Amino acid sequence: MMDARATLPEKQPELWHFGHDGHDPIATKTLGFWLYMISDALIFGGIFAAYGVLDHGMNDAGGPGAAQIVHPVAAFWQTIAVLTSVLAYSLATVAMKTGNRSGVMLGIVVSILLACIFLGLEFNDFATLFAQGNTPDRSGFLSVFFLLIATHGLHMMFGVLWMLVMLVQIPRFGLNADVVTRMLNLRLFWQFQASVWVCVYIFVYLRGAS
Amino acid sequence: MLVHLQGPWNPIFGRLTLDSIPYGNPIIQFAFALTVVAGIAVVVPTLYYRKVGYIFREWLTTVDHKKIGVMYIIFGLVMMFRGFFDGLMIRTQQVLADGPNSPGLLEAQHGYLPPSHFDQIYSSHGTLMILFAVTPILTGLGNIIVPLQIGARDMAFPMMNAISLFLTMAGGMLIMASLFIGDFSQAGWVGLIPLTELDFSPSAGVDYWMWAIQISSIGTTLNAINIITTIVGMRAPGMRWDRLPIFVWTTLSTNIIGLTAFPILGVALALLGADRYLGTHFYTAGLGGNLMLYTDLFWIWGHPEVYFLVLPAFGILSEVIPTFSEKPLFGYITMVAATFAIAGISWAVWLHHFFTMGAGPWVNSFFSVATMLVGIPTGVKVFNWILTMYRGRITYTTPMLWCVGAILLLLVGGLTGVMLANPAINYTVHNSVFVIAHFHCMVLLIAFTIFAAVIYWFPKVFGFKLDERSGTEFFATFVIGTILVFTAMFALGFEGETRRLDYLYDPQWKPMLIIEEVGIMFYCLSVLFFAKLFYVSIRDREKNLVGADPWGTARTLEWLTHSPVPFYNFAVTPRIHALDELTWRRDRGWDEVQPETYEPIHMPRNTMIPLIIGVFAFGFGFGMVWRIWWMAGFGLLGIIAAVIFRSFTPDHGYIISAEEVARLEGGKEPASIIKENHAPLPHVEEQVVP
Repeated sequence: MMDARATLPEKQPELWHFGHDGHDPIATKTLGFWLYMISDALIFGGIFAAYGVLDHGMNDAGGPGAAQIVHPVAAFWQTIAVLTSVLAYSLATVAMKTGNRSGVMLGIVVSILLACIFLGLEFNDFATLFAQGNTPDRSGFLSVFFLLIATHGLHMMFGVLWMLVMLVQIPRFGLNADVVTRMLNLRLFWQFQASVWVCVYIFVYLRGAS
Repeated sequence: MLVHLQGPWNPIFGRLTLDSIPYGNPIIQFAFALTVVAGIAVVVPTLYYRKVGYIFREWLTTVDHKKIGVMYIIFGLVMMFRGFFDGLMIRTQQVLADGPNSPGLLEAQHGYLPPSHFDQIYSSHGTLMILFAVTPILTGLGNIIVPLQIGARDMAFPMMNAISLFLTMAGGMLIMASLFIGDFSQAGWVGLIPLTELDFSPSAGVDYWMWAIQISSIGTTLNAINIITTIVGMRAPGMRWDRLPIFVWTTLSTNIIGLTAFPILGVALALLGADRYLGTHFYTAGLGGNLMLYTDLFWIWGHPEVYFLVLPAFGILSEVIPTFSEKPLFGYITMVAATFAIAGISWAVWLHHFFTMGAGPWVNSFFSVATMLVGIPTGVKVFNWILTMYRGRITYTTPMLWCVGAILLLLVGGLTGVMLANPAINYTVHNSVFVIAHFHCMVLLIAFTIFAAVIYWFPKVFGFKLDERSGTEFFATFVIGTILVFTAMFALGFEGETRRLDYLYDPQWKPMLIIEEVGIMFYCLSVLFFAKLFYVSIRDREKNLVGADPWGTARTLEWLTHSPVPFYNFAVTPRIHALDELTWRRDRGWDEVQPETYEPIHMPRNTMIPLIIGVFAFGFGFGMVWRIWWMAGFGLLGIIAAVIFRSFTPDHGYIISAEEVARLEGGKEPASIIKENHAPLPHVEEQVVP
């Protein structure tokens, strides 16, 4: 193979690539964000695993189990809030397609309001449980119950903060490549949080109540 | 909700009091003096040669993947030195504290370290070596080499790359702070539960350990995202998947592991943090906690982490051996398959770290078989390397020496690993130093390949070769040290010495312990030769200047560009025609062909944001460790504010004009990364409209 020069009289092909205009920034950032979502999914996966381990009579330590503290009907309103919030955000991205800036803003504002309703209901739920003496330091089960839901709640708050930033950036920069990338990744993030909530609802609320 | 703590606390300094600083301890005084001397040795020349501005403009604010890689490696080597010093102290304590008649020095009853201090030392030895030495060095190598091997200008997210670096450094700085302010964890690098709970470790030591790992592992996760995106999206034209150099493949597999495993570590530590700060009961011994939950979560990360470290090492072997055997790598496709097989199995073997915890015969059997399966792809790799060397024209340069040593260590470590994978044997030697010797062989094989890689790629980054003679001396002393320490340690394991002992009850172990101590002296010698290696090489650098391919037989793309590599990597993006592109061009006589015309190059611009985020992260960590809530809150809000601020100041880099590229390419002095050669400050007229 060292004698390739002698045996293969080749014409020199193009060795350099001119006009290489770099890489599609939106595609690159979206791939990166998908990868981040994988790591976030694994965080939730780890916590769900911990929930599976600690959701056992032994871990109630004499305190309440899931059946005593979850209210699937009340939490159903939270589910409605978070899913309609995703719908509102999706409508914002539809408006983005046609360049309808005020439509985008409106969608984000509605989405924020619904997320706040979700967080308010959750906060209210926590306050009730705390008032009943069901605090996270009561038992292993309550620890993981609060941690799972609070982790999701923190993600929701982060999403709201991100949307607030977008509300400032859209009027300021218009729908340029950066803003659109952030909007698309935020959609991914928001949809993901809704999916996690569906898992929480099924795994904690429906399964817990039955 | 917050846990009520015993002892003083005030809103300004949290738990931190003057008593937290162990200024009376002579060992700490010595360590402090050593750190100060090292600090002066760095700071004074910087001030004297007026390089502060240079270091700030060209290094601390850089987004250049090569500079970030170099900083990762320097940071990792410094941490490795500290970890080595811990190892030296452990060995010396054990040889002194053997038998009931052994003398007690300083405050100790036996040896010279009291148990609490000894426990901190082995905990920090493990934490430093695995998470702050080997991990950053391999990350740094990936940073430098991967974009060059795939023909990219930079990483996919240059600024996030710098953020990863500074988060890792913030974690390392927390461990350094624990040396002088307060103490370090006494619960081992794995964080033995429930010893890490507040009831049993009330001091700030465990908090230091926990936050240092937590912060640096966020950096590692971000870096994994970055490298995967780079490999998937930034390859040069023609760099098809079947032409990807093996090192890129292994880095890809490693970072897939990193991306999926590190979040689990984050969860394991976050739950521990909730226990320690909020009084929850995830892992407590009572009130519904579950101790095995921690052990499982930790090792679900911990075992993939082992392969996270070893796979790039295999990649390095697969790059260095063909170069110095003058043959293509034997079995490229099987090598890739073996890499991903190892990565895949890595998620299904974690329980072999605690066979003795009573999971039952069926569970143990599953994990035992899964663990032994790892031996198959690893064996494929070993045979591939040996068959690459077989009938090759081998030159024993220092990188090659390290690689051959690494293969031997892999055999010793791997075969003892298969022994340990058998639960019946495992029950006998569990927690003995036999296990320690086994995994040190594995980690040292990684260290061997790291030295190979540093020597192999050094000329590419800096433009001159490292001194072969000092390199050989370094290799020889290091190998003798390894053989002496770990042969004796295997024997001691069979003689029944368990791990983490500050006092050894059996005087019969003395001869083996003395052999280990002699071995560690050889390691000390090797540190001196390592220093000599760099001193001599930098002193004689003019004599050792090299061209694009310093080894003459290198095969992959990175050797196509100049040495030292210019900050823009390739003047014009190369087109790839084959696996081993450089060999392909050399065989056809085109390896010297340079582009005749140039075009403008788009580069990312330097920024201060990553450094600021790193400082805030350190502040957050330090505040949390000492429960200084204002500092922790300020740090966290600072990070968020810095990110938001950045999103409002769009920066799309700058353009190097074609004429400028021609000037830099034509000049006698290449536009090396150690030169101050491009304007990092924003120029509005150069803004690129996306």
